Formats: sequence, C-alpha cells, structure tokens
Amino acid sequence: MADFMQQVVVGLSSGSIYASLALALVLIHRATGVINFAQGEMATFSTYIAWTLTTNHGWSYWPAFAATLILSFAGGVAIHQGVIRPNEKGSVLRVVIVTIGLLLAINGLVTLIWSGEVRAVQSPFPTRTIDIGGVAISIQDIGTIGVVFATVVVLWLLFQYTKVGLAMRAAAVNPAEARLVGVRVAWMLSLGWGLAAVLGAISGMLAAPSVFLDPNLMAALLIYAFAAAVLGGIDSPIGAVVGGLVLGVGLNLLGTYVDFVGADLRLPGALLVILVVLLVKPSGIFGKTEVKRV
Amino acid sequence: MSSGDVLLRLDGVEARYGPVQALRGISLEVPEGAVVAVLGANGAGKTTTLRAVSGTVRRSGTIQFAGKALHGGPEAVARAGIAHVPEGRGTFTELTVVENLRLGAYTRRERSLDADIDRVSKWFPWIPDRAHQPAGTLSGGEQQMLAVARALMARPRLLMLDEPSLGLAPMIVREIFRIVRELNEREGLTVLVVEQDARIALQSADTAYVLEVGRVALAGPSDELRENESVRRSYLGY
Repeated sequence: MADFMQQVVVGLSSGSIYASLALALVLIHRATGVINFAQGEMATFSTYIAWTLTTNHGWSYWPAFAATLILSFAGGVAIHQGVIRPNEKGSVLRVVIVTIGLLLAINGLVTLIWSGEVRAVQSPFPTRTIDIGGVAISIQDIGTIGVVFATVVVLWLLFQYTKVGLAMRAAAVNPAEARLVGVRVAWMLSLGWGLAAVLGAISGMLAAPSVFLDPNLMAALLIYAFAAAVLGGIDSPIGAVVGGLVLGVGLNLLGTYVDFVGADLRLPGALLVILVVLLVKPSGIFGKTEVKRV
Repeated sequence: MSSGDVLLRLDGVEARYGPVQALRGISLEVPEGAVVAVLGANGAGKTTTLRAVSGTVRRSGTIQFAGKALHGGPEAVARAGIAHVPEGRGTFTELTVVENLRLGAYTRRERSLDADIDRVSKWFPWIPDRAHQPAGTLSGGEQQMLAVARALMARPRLLMLDEPSLGLAPMIVREIFRIVRELNEREGLTVLVVEQDARIALQSADTAYVLEVGRVALAGPSDELRENESVRRSYLGY
C-alpha cells in the first residue's frame, strides 16, 4: 500500500507537469481554435534561458525562475504579435502550419545557441524523501506539485477576478462581441500567448531536473500534454489540470504494476488515450459538446 | 422628446460585403436626446447602417459623432461613447450576468461598478437575483434586456439597438421598447434603433428613416409616417 501511494505521488508530480503544458495548449486553443505545436519548443527555449542564468551567470534558482517567466511571457506576446497575428486572417490550418514551422525554427535555434549537448539541470528542491504516514515521498515531487498548484490558483484568480482576465475570457468566447464593448481582442490573444508561454516555461523548468536538458526536452512531454488536454476536454482549463493528473497517475501506475508496459510503453499509452478519447468522447471529460453558432 | 444638437450624422455612407453593396449612400441625423428608428425590409441595409457606425464593416462616406469624424474599429467607437447592441442578443452566453455587466463598463476606469449595477438593476429588477447565472440560461427576452443593461453600463452617449424584437413575444417586445422610451425620457439617453416591426418602433421613436435597397427611401417624424396610409402600406407593411 505504501508503495502504491508512493507511485501515486510520483504520478501526480509528472502529471502536474503535463497539466501545466496542457493548460498552455488549452489557453491558446480556447482563444484561437488552434493547437500550438510549438508550445513544447517554446518551453525548451525558456528552460535553456533558466539554465544559462543559473549555470553561466551564477544566478540562484528562484530569481532565475522568475526572470525566465517574465522573458517567456514577453516572448509569447512577441510570437503572437509578430508571427501568428499576421496569419490569423487566413484559415485555421494556416496558423497550425505556422506553429509547426515555429516548432522547427525554435528547435533549430536552441541547437544553434546551446548546441545539442545534454545538460544537467539543478533542482530547486532537495531530492531526499520525507516520511508521511509510512509513505516515502520525495520533496522534489511535492515541490513540483506545489508550484503547478500555485500557478493554477493564480491563473484562476486572474481569470475570475480581474478586469483583464474577464476581457481575455470575453475575447476567447466571443471576439466580435468583445470588440463592441471596447476590448482590444488582438492584444488579449497576445496576453493569452504570453501566459501560455509562462505555463510552458514552468513545465519545462520542473521537468528538466529529472530528465536532463537537451533540445528535445519537450518532444515527448508535448504528446503527454496533448493527451491530457484531449482527455480533459481541449477547451476546458479544469479539464487540462485533471486530465494531466489522471494521465500522470494512470501511466505511472501502469508502468509500475503492469509488467509489459514498463517505462517504454508510456508514450504509446498516451497516444492510445488520445485515440480512444477522440473516438469515444471527442469533447473529453469536462468539454461541452460543440454547438455550432449561426 | 427634446431634440438638441445633432449627435450622430451620416453623410453619403456606403458599405459593402465583398461584391455586394449593402449601403448606397445613406444620410441620416440623430439629434441629441432623440429616439430615431431605422425601418425597412430584410436586406434593406438597416443592420449594415449600425455596423458602419460601429466600424464592424468597411465603410466610406462621412460619419460624425458629437461634431468629430468617427474613425476606426469597434474598440475605438466604443471608447467614443457609442454602445452597440447587435442583432440576436448581444450577450456573452458563457459568462454570468454580472460578468456581462462588468464587460459593458470595460471602457470605463472606475474601480467599483456597484453603483452602476444598482442603477441598471432599477430598470431590470430581476438582475440582482440572477447575477451569478450564465447569461445563456436566461430566457430570450431576459438576454435582450441584459444586452441593453450591459450597454448602459458603459454610460453611452448613444445607444444603438439592432432589432430588439427579433424572436421575442409581443409582450416582451413592448416591455423592451417601453424601457427604452423611459430611458430616453428620464435619463436623456439618445437611441438609434433598427427595427423590422415598424408599428412598435414608430410608437417609440421621434423620427424614423425607411431604407430600401441601401438608400433612404423616406424620412420624417414618426407620427407623420404613422398617419400616412400610403406610406404605411407601401413601405411599412401594416
């Protein structure tokens, strides 16, 4: 039982990393109807910034973390204004292809700047474990879950209780109407891209210490995040969080207790989740069935 | 009733949707403090006239608001003091009633909107009870009223209503027009209303314009239009 609980916590920890990236995908999908395939690479770039600040410039972890979030936000806004917005007048497919182009471009840029070498990344949390009711839990896992939880709470407060958060929601659900009340919709979408970049950066920085940093850090994570978002409902922020946690725990338990799954079959497991959800219930757990507006 | 200076003036305004020319040179005036109706059949250009003012359709010609040329998209027009309630219930159905109202005041800087919410709740007394309900769960009439309430939150100088009667029961339509009329009389709100139901619109408006295929076919004080039988038959259809 203790072992089981331990595996649940490990799953929650990786699940919260999926959740964070999934939430980034959901934010952008809600606002613009596209999947941002470059979300993972943007997060990789952010993680390298954090690594550079701590390793090359001697910053301590949390200031580097905060600076990375600010730079990522600015980067997300800039990408939307500079690359996405000029293409938004075209079809959805056009924007999707642009994000795939961004994926390749950012991946190349990361390799160009930082080389393809694999780097070790320090963790802000000690790796030792503490004992809670006979269950040994690593502090790193608790820290990871805590950071993502705090992020989700902050985002929720932003969207529920601030004027700009309300305007962002209005711009996402009904842009034409939002413009009529004076909301500058394009800038709200840019803010959404900025926040998505921040969420991605958080997931990248939390993931890097346990898997090492290389230019393809987020490649697999993006699949997990996509599975989490689809599972929860691609337009549901709560769905992304719950989907991420369910997926993290589920895959970890499968990998631990079902012999043939092991560590190797987790990624195909995520793909299977995507496939099954899209076939059986495309709107996901929390999504609403799509109603076409006339 | 009192008609002061001209608040909104359109002069030779044209607009098109791709190859289709929807407005072929509309000229009209909305005096400060008046209720002006724009009537006409489907496709006459009524909705496009409002959209030309709010900048949601590409337009040419002159549009003057409060003595200044009106430029730019809907964000700028909203900031200039024009609240546009579009056709088909201008509400955010997924957001709550109170969130809709907060969005209505988006262009204003006040920190607290409680006084304004109280003020619009006087006109629509059901609002406080439904404050935290998604707008989509309201009835059609309530959604239309919420759209008007949301527009009032901006404290506009001009309220533009697009076909408030659409799909609503006659009793609700009369209620909405009564409220609009009272808003005009008690708060001096200037209103430009587009309406297919000419009978009810002429009862509330001071003056009216009748559009036909993108042009003003006829204009005049509402009571004159109402009493002229040939006008009624050929243009207003009742």
